[in-house]
Amino acid sequence: METAFTPLASFGGGLGIGLGAVLLMLGLGRILGATGVLSGLVFPENRDEFAWRAAMVLGMVLAPGLIFAVTGAWPALDVPVNPLMIVIGGVIVGFGASLGSGCTSGHGVCGLARLSVRSMVAVPVFMATAAITVFVIRHVLGA
Amino acid sequence: MKLIFALLTGLVFGVGIAVSGMMNPAKVLNFFDLAGTWDPSLAFVMGGALVVTALGYRLVWRRTAPLFGTRFDVPKGTTIDRNLVGGSALFGIGWGVAGFCPGAAIPALGTGQWEVALFLAAVIAGFALRRVFTSIVSAKGAQI
Repeated sequence: METAFTPLASFGGGLGIGLGAVLLMLGLGRILGATGVLSGLVFPENRDEFAWRAAMVLGMVLAPGLIFAVTGAWPALDVPVNPLMIVIGGVIVGFGASLGSGCTSGHGVCGLARLSVRSMVAVPVFMATAAITVFVIRHVLGA
Repeated sequence: MKLIFALLTGLVFGVGIAVSGMMNPAKVLNFFDLAGTWDPSLAFVMGGALVVTALGYRLVWRRTAPLFGTRFDVPKGTTIDRNLVGGSALFGIGWGVAGFCPGAAIPALGTGQWEVALFLAAVIAGFALRRVFTSIVSAKGAQI
């Protein structure tokens, strides 16, 4: 399935992602990592650690509705893979991002922005394995 | 106030994710499909996010403390170990299989599409498996 090249919207959205990360550092002094936010919500250490994550996740979930309210259109979301692949991919994402202490937001945005050595290793590794995986699935297995 | 601030932070982040195209698995998978229907848009997402975060963090760190806390809680580790490399490698594989990553899927839940809920449930199962895995590994280490 082809998708349109959207450099302006993507760059603008990226600015918003960055602003969210900066605001969380300004307000709570924390790295904005979606893996840490979600796992801290499901396996909370204490009430305070749970509460800010719950508030933040609520804000995140409200975003598509806000976009619909303003523009009259929902953000594009096309899933070109079957439910089994969503489940397998999801379990591997959860296991891997948890073991590797971060995902696209924590390592990719926040980690690289603060020149973390660990993130400078993690990001090329997951970008490469993602590209290899897509190549194998689409061009070797032909799915 | 702290919780309202956290909610607004999530909203800003989520709007950024939605506008950028990150919550669209078709677009994410095409970014990685260099040999096929390649869509380089997501490089611009990364570029925009990094510019703001790199500059913004440096401005914020001129303060002695965050608005609603006593200190900035930033990971200090520099160790490159098997967990970091292996975990990141696995994360990339899962991302390439499903097309969602956690930071995109959480806001995407607000679209109400069932695939997102299925993905996030699987991610949480993955978290739980990792906790079991880590406790087994550390128990073995203790025996040795």
